[in-house]
Amino acid sequence: MPLDRHRPPVRLHWELARRGFRRYAAYPGATIAGLFTNTFFGLLIAYVLLAVYETRVEVGGYDVVEAVTYVWLGQGLLSVVASFGPTWSELALRIRSGDIATDLQRPLDLQAAGLAQDAGRAFYQLLFRALPPFVVGGLVFEITLPDDPMRWLAFALSVVLAVAVSFAIRFLVNLWAFWLLDYRGSLALAMATTSLLSGMVVPLVYFPGGLADVVRALPFASMLQAPIDVFLGEELGGSTLVVLALQLLWAVLLLGLGRALLAAGTRKLVVQGG
Amino acid sequence: MIEAHDLTRRFVVRERAGLVRRRKRVVEAVAGVDLQIAAGELVGYVGPNGAGKSTTIKMLTGILVPTSGTVRVAGLDPVRRRIELTRRIGVVFGQRSQLWWDLPLADSFDLLRHVYRVPRDQHRAQLEQFGELLELGPFLATPVRQLSLGQRMRGELVAALLHEPEVIFLDEPTIGLDVVAKAAVREFLLEVNRERGVTVLLTTHDLADIERLCRRLLIIDRGRVIWDGGLDELVERYGEERTLVVDLAESRAPLEVSGARVVRIDGPRQWLRFSRGETTAAALVGAVAAEAQLVDLSVEEPEVEEIVRRIYKEGV
Amino acid sequence: MGDLAGIYARLIGARVRSQLEYRASLALQFVGMAVLTGIDFVAILVLFENVDALDGWRLEEIALLYGIATISFALSDLAVGHLDLFPQMIRDGTFDQILVRPLPSLLQVVASDFSLRRLGKALQGLAVLVFALTQLELDWTAGKVFVLVAAVIAGTVIYAAVWVALATVAFWIVDAIEFVNAFTYGGSYLSQYPITIFGRWLRGLVLFVLPLAFVAYFPALVILDRESGLALPAELGYLTSLVAAGTALVAVSAWNGAVRHYRSAGG
Repeated sequence: MPLDRHRPPVRLHWELARRGFRRYAAYPGATIAGLFTNTFFGLLIAYVLLAVYETRVEVGGYDVVEAVTYVWLGQGLLSVVASFGPTWSELALRIRSGDIATDLQRPLDLQAAGLAQDAGRAFYQLLFRALPPFVVGGLVFEITLPDDPMRWLAFALSVVLAVAVSFAIRFLVNLWAFWLLDYRGSLALAMATTSLLSGMVVPLVYFPGGLADVVRALPFASMLQAPIDVFLGEELGGSTLVVLALQLLWAVLLLGLGRALLAAGTRKLVVQGG
Repeated sequence: MIEAHDLTRRFVVRERAGLVRRRKRVVEAVAGVDLQIAAGELVGYVGPNGAGKSTTIKMLTGILVPTSGTVRVAGLDPVRRRIELTRRIGVVFGQRSQLWWDLPLADSFDLLRHVYRVPRDQHRAQLEQFGELLELGPFLATPVRQLSLGQRMRGELVAALLHEPEVIFLDEPTIGLDVVAKAAVREFLLEVNRERGVTVLLTTHDLADIERLCRRLLIIDRGRVIWDGGLDELVERYGEERTLVVDLAESRAPLEVSGARVVRIDGPRQWLRFSRGETTAAALVGAVAAEAQLVDLSVEEPEVEEIVRRIYKEGV
Repeated sequence: MGDLAGIYARLIGARVRSQLEYRASLALQFVGMAVLTGIDFVAILVLFENVDALDGWRLEEIALLYGIATISFALSDLAVGHLDLFPQMIRDGTFDQILVRPLPSLLQVVASDFSLRRLGKALQGLAVLVFALTQLELDWTAGKVFVLVAAVIAGTVIYAAVWVALATVAFWIVDAIEFVNAFTYGGSYLSQYPITIFGRWLRGLVLFVLPLAFVAYFPALVILDRESGLALPAELGYLTSLVAAGTALVAVSAWNGAVRHYRSAGG
C-alpha cells in the first residue's frame, strides 16, 4: 500500500476552532449585553407560560416546572445554536463580493473549516452566554434538572449534534447566495422559519396533535427542541436514542447536501466567472 | 472675527493601572491659547498630531465647551449661541462628510438650502458660480457615495459656503487628495477669500497648503501656540540654511568656498548650502565666480516642512 | 415648530423617493417583514390551541392588545428605529458634523433614516387588529373609537420616546446601546400581553418607569370595558395622549442633557 502523505489536518481544524472561540471572546461587552437580553426575554416568556398553566396542569406533556425549564434552556442555548447573528450571512457576503474565489483556491475544505470555527464559537457561547441566564432563571423560578448522569451525557451529546445541524442549515442558507441576487429576502424567511420551527418562540410540543410530531421530526427541531427534550426527558417517540439518532441523521444529510451544493456553486463560479 | 483669550480645555482620561483599577489623569489638550483673527484673513493652524488643533476647532465651532477662557466667533459665544453661530460659519471636516451619502450631490445642496434657509435665487447663483469654479457639473447627479475623494471634497467645500458664511473652518481638507485635487481646493479657497472676504482658518499637515495659501501661520504644540506670525518671518527667523544652486560652464570637482559647503553635484550643477549668519548670497556668488565660470544661478529657500519639523522637535 | 416639521419632511422625503425607485424590492422586503414579525402572533395562536384564556383574556382580547402594540411599534420603528446605529455616529465623528448645523441634533439624528420596509410589521399588526375587532362583539361608542385611534398614535410616541431616552446612554457609554435593545424589543414583546401576567417589579417598571403599559393595556381596558388589574384605574386609557406627551418631553430633555454632557466632557 502506498504511503499516505496527506494526513487528516486535525491540527488545522483545532486551530480553526480556537480562532472561532477567540473571535467571540474578544468582545466581552457584546457577550454581557447579549446575556442580559437573554435573561430579560427569559423572564418575559416564563411569565407568559406561567399564565398558560393557570388553567391547565399539563400542556403538551410539560408541567409548569418543565415549561419554565424549557424557557431558560431555550434562552441559554439560543446563542450556542446561533439562532441569530453574523454567521447567517458571513459566507453569503463573501460569495456576493467574490472573495469566495480566494477561499476556494486554498487547499482547505470550506465546510469542514467552517464547522470547526463554529464549534469554537459554540463552545464560547456555551460557557459564557448559556450558563448565566440559566442560573438566573433557576434562582428566580422553579426549574427541574436531570438526576441521571447518563441523561446529562446524552444532553451534552445532543447539544453537540444540535450545533452541527444548526451549522449545516446556516451553511445551506448562505450558499443560496450563489444563485440568488438578493439573498436577504430568503435570509429573512429562513430565519423566521427557523425561529418558529426550532422551538425558539413557543415549545413545539404545544403544537396541536399530529402537527407537533411532524414539526419535531424536522431538522429545525434538532437545533433547539431536541436537546431540551433530552434534558427534560420528554422525547419524541419516548426514547432518547430516537432523538439523538434523528439529530445525527439530519446532521449527516444536511452537511452532505451542503457539500453537494458547494460543489455546484463552485462549478457555477468557475463556468461563469462569478 | 475670531477671538480667544486663555482658551483652555482639559480632558479626564481613565487609564488602566494594574489589572482592574482605573486611574484618572487630567490631560490639558489646549492650554491657554490666545487668538486674534481679523475678518478676511486666511490663517493656517498646524501642529503635530495630538497638539490640540482639532480640539481648538471644536471649541471655536461650539462642539466642545471650553474648560476655561473666552471665545467669540463673529461676535457670538459658541457655547451659548450655537445654533445662531452655525448660520454664520461653515465647517469642513476632511475625514467626515456633511453630505447625504446615498443621495445625489445636487440633492444635498438642495437640502442644505432649506436647512440654512437660503433664498432660492441666491442659492442658485452661488451654486452656479461655485459649480463652475470647481467644475462640479459632470457629477452633480451622482450619489455622494460613488464620488471619488477629490470630487467629494469639492462638493463639501461648496456645501460649506452655500449659505455665505462669514468664517469657514477646515480640518485637514486636502488629506488623501491627489495633486490635481489639492490644487483645485487651494485655488478655490484663495478665490473665495480674496473675492468674498470669507475668513478662513484651516488646519493641515500638508505644508504645501500653507505655502500656497497662508500668509499667517499659527503653530500649536502640546496645547500651546508657539508661533503666530507671517510665514515669511518664520522662514527668515528659523530658516537657517539656504541653498545656492550654480550652473557652471563645465563639470568639475566640488567648489571650495568659505561659508558654504557643497551638498550635491549633478554634472555642471552644484548645490551649495550656506548659513544665513555666516555669509550672504551675494558674497557667495562672488566667491564662486572667482573660482569658476558661472553660467546661471538660483537661490533656494529652506522648506517650510523642514523648519516646522525642527520647531516641533526643538521648540522655538 | 412647523418649520422643523417641514425640514423633517424634506430630509426623509429624499430618502423615501430613493426607496420608492426600487418598488419591487421594497414590496418583497415589506412582505418579508410582515411574515417574519407575524411569527409572534403564530406563537400566540399555538398557545391558544391549548388554553382558552391567558389570565382571563381570550384570544380576541389578546389580539386587540397585540394589534395596537404591533402597529405602534412598527410606526415608531419606522421613525426612530435607526437609533441603534446612532452610537456609530458618535464613534466616527459624524455627530460633530450634526452639531455645526443650525438644526436640533435630535431632529437630525431621527431624520437620518426612514426605512419603509419596517411598515411590513404594521401590516401584520393591522391584520391581527382587524381580526380582533371582527371577533369581539363590542358596544362601540365615540369614546372607544377615540381611545383606539389615540392608542395607536400615543403608542407610537411612547415607544419612540422610550427609545430616544434609552439611546442617550450612548453619550455616556458608547457600547451600552446593546442593553437598550433588550428593553426596546422586550418592551414590544410584553406589550402584546396583559400586563397582569408579569411579576410585580416588571409591572412597576412598565407603569412608572417606561410607560409601556399605556400603549395597549389601558386603552384595551377601556375598549373592552374591563377592570384594571394594576395599581392604576382603567380610565387612564382615555389619557394615553397625555402620557405620550409627558414621555416625549422627558425624552427630549434627556437628549438635550446628554448632548450638553457630550459637549462638556469631550466630543
